[in-house]
Amino acid sequence: MELELRGITKRFPGVIANDHVDLRVTDGEIHGLLGENGAGKSTLMNILYGLYSADEGEILIDGSPVELDGPADAIAAGIGMVHQHFMLVPVFTVAENITLGTEMVRPGGRLDRSAADDAVRELSVRHGLPVEPDAVVENLPVGLQQRVEILKALYRDAQLLILDEPTAVLTPPEADDLFEAMASLRDDGRSLVFISHKLREHRAIADRISVLRRGRIVGTADPREASEQELADLMVGRPVDLVVDKTPSAAGDVVLEARGLGVVDDEGSPLLTDVDLAVRRGEIVAVAGVEGNGQGTLVACVTGLRSPDSGSVTLRGTDLSATSRVDLLRGGIGHVPEDRNRDGLVGPMSIAENLILDHWDAEPYASRGLLQFATIRRHADEAVEAYDIRTPSSATSAGSLSGGNQQKVVVAREFDKDNDLLVAAQPTRGVDVGSIEYIHKRIVQERDGGTAVLIVSSELDEVLALADRVAVMFHGRLMGPFDMPIDKSAIGQMMAGADPADILGDRPATPDGPTADVDAIDEEQS
Amino acid sequence: MTDGSPQPAPDADDEVRRLEQERAAVVDQDVRRTTGDETLVQRLVDAVTGPNVVVTLLAIVLALVIGAVLIAVSDAEARTSLAYVFARPGDFFGAAWTAISDSYGALAKGAVGSRNGITESLLAATPLILTGLAVALPFRAGLFNIGGEGQVIAGGMVASWVGFSASGLPLVVHLPLALAAGIVGGALMGWIPGVLKTRTGAHEVITTIMLNNIARIALSYALTSAIFLGPNNVNPRGLSVPDSARLPRLFDSRLNAGIIVAIVAAILLYYLMERSSRGFEIEAVGLNPHAASSAGMSVARATIFTLAGAGALAGLAGAVLGLGVAAGGITTGFSAGVGFDGITVALLGRARVPGTVAAGLLFGALSIGGRAMQAQAGINLDLVGVLQALIILFVAAPALVQALFRLKRARPGVTPGMTAGESA
Amino acid sequence: MNPHVTRSRRFGVVAAVLGALVIGFFALPNAGVITEVSLESRLAGADGSRIGSIDVPILVVTLLIGLAVLALAALLLTVRLPDHVNVVGGAAVGLFVVAFLLWAARGDTLFAVDLARLSLRSAVPLTLGALAGVLCERAAVVNIAIEGQLLAGAFTAVVVASVTASPMAGAGAGILGGVVIAAMLGLLSIKFSTDQIVAGVVLIVFAAGLTSFLASQWLSTSPEMNSPATFSAVEIAGLSSIPVLGPILFDQSLLVYATLVAVVGLQVAIFRTRWGLRLRAVGEHPKAADTVGINVSRTRWLAVLAGGVLAGLGGAFLSIDAASSFTEDMSAGKGFIALAAMLAGRYNPRGAFGAAMLFGLAEASARALQGFDVGIPSQLLLAIPYVVTIIVVSGLIGRLRIPGASGQHYATE
Repeated sequence: MELELRGITKRFPGVIANDHVDLRVTDGEIHGLLGENGAGKSTLMNILYGLYSADEGEILIDGSPVELDGPADAIAAGIGMVHQHFMLVPVFTVAENITLGTEMVRPGGRLDRSAADDAVRELSVRHGLPVEPDAVVENLPVGLQQRVEILKALYRDAQLLILDEPTAVLTPPEADDLFEAMASLRDDGRSLVFISHKLREHRAIADRISVLRRGRIVGTADPREASEQELADLMVGRPVDLVVDKTPSAAGDVVLEARGLGVVDDEGSPLLTDVDLAVRRGEIVAVAGVEGNGQGTLVACVTGLRSPDSGSVTLRGTDLSATSRVDLLRGGIGHVPEDRNRDGLVGPMSIAENLILDHWDAEPYASRGLLQFATIRRHADEAVEAYDIRTPSSATSAGSLSGGNQQKVVVAREFDKDNDLLVAAQPTRGVDVGSIEYIHKRIVQERDGGTAVLIVSSELDEVLALADRVAVMFHGRLMGPFDMPIDKSAIGQMMAGADPADILGDRPATPDGPTADVDAIDEEQS
Repeated sequence: MTDGSPQPAPDADDEVRRLEQERAAVVDQDVRRTTGDETLVQRLVDAVTGPNVVVTLLAIVLALVIGAVLIAVSDAEARTSLAYVFARPGDFFGAAWTAISDSYGALAKGAVGSRNGITESLLAATPLILTGLAVALPFRAGLFNIGGEGQVIAGGMVASWVGFSASGLPLVVHLPLALAAGIVGGALMGWIPGVLKTRTGAHEVITTIMLNNIARIALSYALTSAIFLGPNNVNPRGLSVPDSARLPRLFDSRLNAGIIVAIVAAILLYYLMERSSRGFEIEAVGLNPHAASSAGMSVARATIFTLAGAGALAGLAGAVLGLGVAAGGITTGFSAGVGFDGITVALLGRARVPGTVAAGLLFGALSIGGRAMQAQAGINLDLVGVLQALIILFVAAPALVQALFRLKRARPGVTPGMTAGESA
Repeated sequence: MNPHVTRSRRFGVVAAVLGALVIGFFALPNAGVITEVSLESRLAGADGSRIGSIDVPILVVTLLIGLAVLALAALLLTVRLPDHVNVVGGAAVGLFVVAFLLWAARGDTLFAVDLARLSLRSAVPLTLGALAGVLCERAAVVNIAIEGQLLAGAFTAVVVASVTASPMAGAGAGILGGVVIAAMLGLLSIKFSTDQIVAGVVLIVFAAGLTSFLASQWLSTSPEMNSPATFSAVEIAGLSSIPVLGPILFDQSLLVYATLVAVVGLQVAIFRTRWGLRLRAVGEHPKAADTVGINVSRTRWLAVLAGGVLAGLGGAFLSIDAASSFTEDMSAGKGFIALAAMLAGRYNPRGAFGAAMLFGLAEASARALQGFDVGIPSQLLLAIPYVVTIIVVSGLIGRLRIPGASGQHYATE
């Protein structure tokens, strides 16, 4: 199927998300759509799937214009979409999810489950994408859930498949499987639109790449000819520093030490199993891993938000459980949470108020129980200046800022303290490239100032750019940390559960056992 | 950014999310606290000219219009002429117009048309202000206190008991003691759902409603016991409170010092909510409990504090009744539904202190005007309840009013962020 | 600590205490005391086969009940039953109530069949209200307004049943009253994205205010408008003469039968039909439903209006079946007890009915106990249903899996 977009324009209040976008996807190609966060990729695809309506422009399928007033129209026109956040009902079975909206029924509207199961089984065999029709989706690993999403589109006989950031949730080996499946779908004669902000992936799979920047198509490239640097420049509109400038670490005493951490969830299945980790003054330890492998629980444990079911966490030798969360935040721990909108910011409150969120009743922001508005505002104005927060004023609500500026508010609050330990989870998620560079620079500055830094990230590039030592989490277990440099593919394999001993052979690692061992290694190294 | 390029365009999804967030905001930003160092006058001007006030005024107008329809169809004469409205429409419209203008005229004159009307209106407004605040306070923490009625009953019972059972105390000791007892009694009634919510996740809407029923049953039982009735008495009216525990009368009218108590409570609550760090914590918890607890705040503390505080305010309302208009002895109906009316008062006041006080005064005046309307125009007092319900119906759905009047600038109404049945 | 384990343990401890109370307080001190348990109905029309009454020795029977409660306690304390804690806990409480009744009626007569009959009848408005809640909640619309729907339904049913002298017309009008409030809920929460809890409470205030006004303005001056034709029991030929069960189940009014049919029908419809699958999809993940072409707001509207039908019928039951007139605020918190039943029943029609039966038993017992000496002032016993509700929402519900999008407005752009 051939798809053409002509002059698509979409405005949101105060922002033009798509500005006269022209795009052509030909029969049987994988068309890459490259652009950084906020470039307008998702908006464009949501228009194509009938979820948004364009303010201007037209969509042509096989040369004739179509009107897409909703997903039903898009489906009828042969368009399928694999959403970044899966459109799957977690408590439904695979077959229920795939057939939802086009269910097979017996007379009287009763569901015909066995017919649905058979149809799904047949579909999955035909496309070589095996699934269990009666498995409940929320119990499936993310990679399989994505497969269900793809099958859902194929069940509706999609000829054009849009994949929105499909690799964000996958391990590198899972991503390779996905690419194989995509190639075979293309060879079937289907067209695919592949959306990603990762250059490397486009070069690996796309037949043609269109680059979107601030809502405009700024160029189309052949992945075999364009270099990564060229594509990056095109995407950002100026030369980009792909590496973080930093000197080798001068690690000191152990600040954070976790020993034998174990946590189980409500159902009794383990979230963390026997995790040992030590982070020293003046070093950055980065934890890589696909999301949902226990990183969130680890962060909650080392920042005092949750007490482990077994094992201990100490900060400078004092057990965390002996200190309240308030005192930890005010006396040594900076914490940039993974989901800033949920855990980091109170959206409707102002920037100024968010900047004192963890010091709301402490001097100098409060005195004798009353808020000191002048001090709070002065503090906010300084932070807005120092952390380059782009906002009309410090009284603007945090929720109305762009992702990058929201993150800078959190960073300003958490970095501006006298931290012994800084824990940052997904510090640059949903943040524009300029802010990424800025936040990375700040993290390195913190380290150089003598803070122990723990980064948790599912972006392998970020991990490799920042880390002095790298650990990998898989199914609640921690592998490493290993000294840098380390082979990227080795980390990728560990993220998928490979045993480090098999990959690294007898390469010396520095597992964080008892403190004495770490100190011994320190001495060996120095 | 290093090259000084213009501000990056926000992510479209961010943009959508932002709009959603604005929609979900609990409290409007027109009168946000960050403008704390502006003058009170400036803030009042902002508040009065804000879109909320327009919506509120239109809501009141709409409610009066619908109320007029109800008056027209329930007026006997108008109803009779409705039967032949097509033959002689003039009769119906004439009769209807007379009924409506008589009713609303009596309502307005009864409420504020005389010195007596004004003092009576203030008297009626006193408990409403307090019970309104009792709903507004937890609302800011994202909690809905429907238990005002039970808290009023508890506060009134305890205050009345302290009032009639202690004797020989001077006014300066006895009255404050009885008021404090009412506060404590109500606070306990509010504390229970707070603790249940934090410990077990039991939804406060259900537990507070159940406590209302339990309080009502306890009151009717108490009014059969010798403790409240005295020996050899079967008439279900409690003992009379001596002068030493009665709220002094003001202006040579039935109005008593309860209005002063209510205003002092409102001022204190204003400082708590808008100026204090405790209020900041409560508001943060109400707007985003996850971020608040991440920052070291305690959701449980805010929950228990605001619900117990709400109970204290409603208990004070009960005390003001028990030591004021019901000082002659409490009866099973002494609370007169002021706890429930507090819900409408707080919603109309958008859970802010000044708005709630204003709404309390308005509804107090309406109820006094309603009595005059019943006496003079034969329209039942319960119409006032319908008017109140209609007003908050429109206030709760600003989008509805805006759609009706084609207003621009949608603003969120009062909306606590919570889901039913969410539990620990 | 694992919340399921703690919850199970907490219930286990409570059940153990209840069991100990039954044995220590009801059973052991009452050796040789007899309670006459009547198996005939003083209320039902059918005389059925006369099997009279049986003399129940309190010691033996309550001892057995106590042991059964202790066994349930042991089950809760030792076995992990995350999905059945509510059922086991509910059974323990139910058994305790039975033992309590036997003890309270010691030396007297307990009309067990009438008690069961009354429990079922008390459960009818609660069940219908809870089903209305289930329907809405499954579509992710929080329906706090059940109380208002009951009131509106009760009012319209009385007026129409009085004017037409037909209870069926009254029931139809009750449905209409419930649907009107439901439509307002839909308008506020689906169309105008008002917070759903605020919308619900506002609608309760509205329904209470309007029905009070109309009752005092009209009904008090025209009492003939408040004298409805009421539903009466309809015997199901053959079945109604079965001893014990007959008068309980097969000699009831049409609205009781309709309620039982609604429970079964909805259980099937929600979990076995295409409509139910789509309803649940809309409640769990509206965007997923939208992306496969399901109309989210139409699905929600249908669920909310269907809920109005059920709650309106519940209101009609209050005024033209359980009673024979409308009184102000006659719903008396039943809409909220229905909400609690919905929560305790985990949003399942079956579970909601079970919980409503427990509340119905509490209400019927509170009335039955008025005639016995239990050492508690009889007036205070009227608070039992409310206390039980608080205990249930605090304890039995525990960790709920609420529909994913509960209370959230869904807008397509």
